[in-house]
Order: sequence, then C-alpha cells, then structure tokens
Amino acid sequence: MRYVQEFRDPTTAKVLLAEIARVADQIGATPEKPVHIMEICGGHTHAIFRYGLDRLTHPGIEFIHGPGCPVCVLPMARVDECVELAQQPGVIFCTFGDAMRVPGTKKSLMQAKADGCDIRMVYSPLDALELARRNPNREVIFFGLGFETTTPSTALTIQQAAREGLTNFTVFCNHITVPPPIKALLDDPHMVLDGFVGPGHVSMVIGIHPYDFIARDYGKPIVVAGFEPLDLLQSVLMVLIQIRDGRAEVENQYSRIVPEHGNPVSIAAIEDVYEKRPSFAWRGLGEIDESGLQIQAKYAAFDAEAKFGIGYGAEVAREVEEPDGCACSQVMTGRIKPIACPQFGQCCTPEMPLGALMVSSEGACAAYYQYGGGRPLEAAE
Amino acid sequence: MKDTASVQKPARKPLRDTCVTIAHGGGGKAMRDLIESVFTDVFQPDAMEDQARLTSEALATPGARLAMTTDSFVVTPVEFPGGDIGKLAICGTVNDLAVGGASPLWLSAAFIIEEGTEIALLRRIVATMKAEADKAGVRIVTGDTKVVGRGSADQVFITTTGVGVIPPGRDLRAEHIRPGDVAIVNGVLGDHGACILAARGDMALSSALVSDCAGLGHLMQAVLAAAPNARAARDCTRGGLASSLNEMAEASGLAIEIEEEALPLRDEVRGTCEILGLDPLYLANEGRLVVFVPEAEAEVTLAAMRALPEGEGACIVGRAREGRPGQVTMRTLYGGARIVDMLVGEQLPRIC
Repeated sequence: MRYVQEFRDPTTAKVLLAEIARVADQIGATPEKPVHIMEICGGHTHAIFRYGLDRLTHPGIEFIHGPGCPVCVLPMARVDECVELAQQPGVIFCTFGDAMRVPGTKKSLMQAKADGCDIRMVYSPLDALELARRNPNREVIFFGLGFETTTPSTALTIQQAAREGLTNFTVFCNHITVPPPIKALLDDPHMVLDGFVGPGHVSMVIGIHPYDFIARDYGKPIVVAGFEPLDLLQSVLMVLIQIRDGRAEVENQYSRIVPEHGNPVSIAAIEDVYEKRPSFAWRGLGEIDESGLQIQAKYAAFDAEAKFGIGYGAEVAREVEEPDGCACSQVMTGRIKPIACPQFGQCCTPEMPLGALMVSSEGACAAYYQYGGGRPLEAAE
Repeated sequence: MKDTASVQKPARKPLRDTCVTIAHGGGGKAMRDLIESVFTDVFQPDAMEDQARLTSEALATPGARLAMTTDSFVVTPVEFPGGDIGKLAICGTVNDLAVGGASPLWLSAAFIIEEGTEIALLRRIVATMKAEADKAGVRIVTGDTKVVGRGSADQVFITTTGVGVIPPGRDLRAEHIRPGDVAIVNGVLGDHGACILAARGDMALSSALVSDCAGLGHLMQAVLAAAPNARAARDCTRGGLASSLNEMAEASGLAIEIEEEALPLRDEVRGTCEILGLDPLYLANEGRLVVFVPEAEAEVTLAAMRALPEGEGACIVGRAREGRPGQVTMRTLYGGARIVDMLVGEQLPRIC
C-alpha cells in the first residue's frame, strides 16, 4: 500500500527511537521527571497504542492524551437531544458510526435504534442529503459532529441543500474547533505540559497558524503531525529538539498533507455557513468560549436547532449531571491516567461504557483498554 | 412397503410466479410447487418425508463420534463478489464441522423468505448451495421454508445444520495446545469482511476484492493427514482472527503471541481498513482457519496446505506460550507489543 507502508518502516523507526532517546537524555528526562507531551488528536492516541509506541519511546517521555476525540467531548445532554430528535415521528436521523454507542442519560442512539427509531449510520453528510432527496415525505436530520476535519463537508452539504431548495433536511450542528480547548488547557493551573503533537487532519483544513498562540503566548513547542508511526516518532523528536534548544515554534511535520495556510475552499465554506457560538459545553472540560460552531441565520432552514427548538436553540439550556464516579474530566485534562480511574475496567468497559472516553476507539480509556496501555504485558523475549 | 424410487410422482405444472408471495408459505399447492420446483428438484433428498433417514459406514466404526453444528446466515447484499448467502450457508457449517476434525456428511437447510423475493434469486442461491455441497462431499437431506411479510426479513435468511463423523482417536480441542505450538492460517485475512463492506455500496469504495468464502473440509483433512498431532483449529469468521485466537487462548489457559509482520493482508484490505478506521484482525473471513500444530509438524502442515487452492497462502502467524492465561498479544513491526482483545460489539467506522 503506497504512501502508508513507507511510513511504517521498522528500520527507520529504530533510528528515530534511538534519536529520541538521545535527545531525551540530553534534556534530562527520566520516569520520575518526565517530559509531558500532549497529543491533541484522538487519532494520534489510537495510533500510539495500536503500534505500541508508548512502550518503545524513552521512559522519560509521558504522553498526555488530549481532548481531540469529538465523540468523547460530547456532553450527555447532546446525546439525549439526538435521541429525542430521532424519536419524533417521520424522522430519519443520520449519524457517523462511532457516535452510536455513546451513552445518554437514558439510552444511546444504538439503543434508540433497537427501540424502533429510524437511525442510519452514514459515512458522509452527503449520504444523509441523498436520503432526504429520496424520502421527500420524511424529515432527515444529520448529526453534525467533529472538529475542523468534518466541518467543511457538513458546510458543503448545507450549501448543496440550499441550492436544491430541500425543505426536509437539517443539521443538528455540534461541530467544534481545536484551538479554544487547547487554550483552556494551557490556562489551567494544574496543567504541566512541555509540548504538543498537533492534529494533522484538522490542520489540513485550517493550516498551522491557528496554533501560533501556543508558541508565542505560552512558550510551548507544537509540531503538526501525521498519523503513521514514523510521523508520530519524528514529531516527538522535533518537539524534544525544540525543548532541548530552548525554542518554542509551530513546526509542520505533516507537510505532505498540511499546507501552511490550510485549504482555502474548505475555509470559505466554513466561513459561509457557520459562526462561532459565544460558548459551547465540552464533556469533562465545561463551557469553553468560542469553541463551537452554529449555523448562520441565512441557513436557518437547515438548522435543526432553529427548526426543532433543541440544543442551543431551546429556550432553557439542558444540563445533565455526569454519571457518579466518572473521572473522564480528570483523564481528559491529563490529571490522571485512565487506569488510575477507579471505574476503569470495572464499571466502565467498552461493552458498558460509563464515560465517553471508553466509547470511541479514539478515546484514551478505550485505547488503554483495547491495547493494554499502562497494563503489564508479559511479552515473550 | 414400496420402493420409493419406483413411485411415480404426479405431473406438476412449472412454477410460473416470478416473486415469492405469502401464498407460497400457506401450506397448500403454491407452497408445494415452490418447494419442489426451487428446492427439492435441485437438492434431491432421498424421500419427501418430514425427516431424513441416514446411514453411514463411518458411524459403524467403534469409537467414532457424531458431530453436529448449526448456524444461521444473514448477509446484505445476499449476492456479493465471490459468492452468495447460499455459499456462505454451506461453507460456514461445513467448516464448523471440519475444524472440529469431523468429516461433514449431511446438512439440513431452512429458509426464511421475505415476501417479494425474486424466485430467480432463490434459484441462483439454491444452485450455489448444491454446487458447494457437492464440492464438500455433503448432502442436503432435509429442509424447510417459511415465508414472512415484507420487512420481516431481508430477502432470505438461511439456517443450516450439519452432521459429520469424527473418526476414533481424533480429538481436536484448544486445551491440547502446548507452549511453543505454532499458529498457521491458510491465507490472506479479511477479504470477506472488506468485500462485503465495499459491496454494500454505501461508502463509494470500489474495489476488486472478492470474498474468501470457501469450504475447508478437504484442507482440514490434508492438515490432519500431514500433522497427526495437530492440536486444534478454528474457522475465523465473525470477529476475525483476533476473536478465534482469544477463544483459543482462553480455552487453552495459555498466552498467544502473533507477529504483525507475519500477518497476510492484501493491500486493498489494508487500504479499506485505513480509510474506515477498522482493524483487519477483526474483519470477518468465510474461508479461513487457524490451526495449532507442534513446531516439528509446522513445515509439513504448511506444505500440505499450500498444495491446495484454499491453502495457497498458508503461513505461520504466531505461537502459543506460557504467560498470562487467555492473553493474546501482538508483537508490532517495531518490536513493541500490544494486547489483541476480543471485539466489543461491532466495529464502527470512525468519524475522522
């Protein structure tokens, strides 16, 4: 498989690992006094554990798993609202696959589907649009979820729906953006981060400059990274070299995909369709200023919040308590490791997730659970 | 008592319907016409009684045991590159018998048919079933049909039950696996799962992938002839190789370690998995098995498997070892290790 296998070459990986160890030693990183590197994106968390990189890198490097898993940061209230929308007569509710299992206060979308709601798993918002065309007598609602990786495709779909004049298609917009929660984390006095591995696919859309504040205002290095093992190792090395040399810059390891200024077509679609919400609730992180997107008034006909008076379109904001004993918020802010949560693997498993971090394969807890992160492996030598 | 072969059947009009209707499930003439025209004319059971009456010399050997297994088959789409639901229904049950060391002999086949299903489709499915059964050396000796209203089934569901004979002295089971035994698979993994994903057509993925669906009875006989001390085998269907190995690790009380580098995967399957965020270790197969043999018998087993078309891609993927009982680990390309756990629910494609 070209353009993938090259970035998984074991010989190069060994060279990078040795170089990482050398620079980590130069910095004086030890297990007792580790360098804390946050990988922001859930895709990176997943890759680190899938390839066992956490066990291979120098023991003085500690990965902190960031908030970049859209399913994981979704408040339970949003899931409840999805279920309510899906329960309305005549509605076809469309969602990406990994939102299906996220627990709401009463049920997940998967359970709602079993109870008879017409819920379809789609791979693109355009699939939902096609359903709307083919079912003019049904109301098709697409659950718009995700960071800048998925916001453009939802925006383009809304533009297309407007061009066609569809009256039975809306988006329940829960799109969010990456930079604001990073700022919130950096402002948290408990946070001890030394550098970041930045999200590659988000940056493909927005470019690398939205992260300038991390280097400029907070003095932390950030390297935008690809998702293959060699990408991650090289990015970790680049972060370490910046730390060693006393630099704090935004660097682009993933230059084969990420243009410095992003994708102008996507950015134009985003700016045409959405505007920033004053604030948006993140599971585990609370309300964060200007971190969510809402659909502009000119596209109100395609906004499920406006049409159904739900979500931020409701008169009273819905508030839902996190389940008892769920430590997702502490894991999400890097205060504890997943295995330090008393519920981990006990009351909270991928089969019966208590918290969202156990649901998506990109969630830190699910990655720990599935790939044995933090647990002893009795590997044959 | 009359000789059944000499009984003249009354002349029957050809079935003129193009689609199955509720009338075909009503127990009357329409049902009889459907059953005879579509099913029994092809399967040719010995007699039209409500039971099959079976004899086999293999059973007369002292110490021989009967093996029996049952499986239901539902798949969308019912016809896909490399097979259809009928082929799955024969191969799946034949393979369940084969990996247990049994020689498959007889099958039953029960059909739940959705109103409106095309009769031509049923004929195609029945034809593949007959061809696969002949290839595997099994006979379809009894069956049943039910017709349900539109929406109560998805075209056709099939349940097959298989009976086979295990010769005296043969006892394949995961408890017999010993540390150091090697795990061998018979070919590339995940073709069926990836092919079905692409064939559903809701992902705009086009690929030349063909399902690996195949009967493994002959292959398993070849393995057992080459490796008299073969310990245990499993067919890697739903849940893929990862699930089979987890079951075997648990039953054996041993740990199993596989090598990422050794896993046989096609580029198309890797690519499909990359795009959708799936793990090929969990993709379904319908013509793949994993067998544990003592290391000393590994080479002869590989040679015997590779001599057959369904074992062409045979290779060693890992081995059993002392360790945490039931734990399956994978040594990654970089020498790292990770747990290969059982699948939870179904694999769901990731958002981004």
